[in-house]
Amino acid sequence: MSFAIKKQGEVVVVDVDGQLIVGNRSELKQKVLDELERGEKKVLIDFSHTGYIDSSGLGVLVSLSKKIREQGGELRLANLNDDLKTLFELTKLDTLFQIADTKERALQSF
Amino acid sequence: MMLPQESEALDAVASARLRVALELEIPSDIRYIESVVTIVARHCEQFHFTPRQCALNIPVALTEALSNAILRGNGERDGPRVQVKADVTPARLVLEVVDEGSGFDLAECLVDPTSPDNIEREDGRGLFLMTRLMDELERFTSHGNVIRMTLRRHD
Repeated sequence: MSFAIKKQGEVVVVDVDGQLIVGNRSELKQKVLDELERGEKKVLIDFSHTGYIDSSGLGVLVSLSKKIREQGGELRLANLNDDLKTLFELTKLDTLFQIADTKERALQSF
Repeated sequence: MMLPQESEALDAVASARLRVALELEIPSDIRYIESVVTIVARHCEQFHFTPRQCALNIPVALTEALSNAILRGNGERDGPRVQVKADVTPARLVLEVVDEGSGFDLAECLVDPTSPDNIEREDGRGLFLMTRLMDELERFTSHGNVIRMTLRRHD
């Protein structure tokens, strides 16, 4: 499980490689908060290589969504596979986040 | 007993009677969760549970049960352990996760995280996901605090 962060234009892109669960969600949260501290405002989290997410992983995404919004920023999620989409639909978090099918569409939507 | 050259893979009828019963025990440490999930999911793959059940239902529900057992049941203390039992047949998976805590009232702890009041909460989705991803969920006290989950294999 690892998180890779890179910049594409004005957008901080975070790749979640592996599961986003109780054991590593704090690491994701801190990495994104560090970027916000640096003044970044646009964050895209890419789930192309994510296996599954548990409730604490979803909780961190909710927390980041609030924090980013409070700082006048924007968050996008991209490349959720069908299983992950089901998770967001079950918890109605698909109504809270802006979710794009591809990274390119997510980048264009900022 | 059949000689190797005479034995054949179990046919469908015989396979229907195959059963795997696993028992695992881990310390109260969340770093062990993924390994337990991998072991259980792999056995379910062998029994042809669906790709979704193996990639979503089982991993997420079991992760929730294990993290509750470790963080809440055992208070993440050194010493208390978590037992996991997985009973797999071609028809269903029954999982039991046992911690050494005093238990909790399942009905009281089950909140609706999808309501407008709760949707922006960071917590409160674990038990909800377990009920949605598993066919049955029970909590009882036996040789510890037990969460039992059942998932029927879909064709």
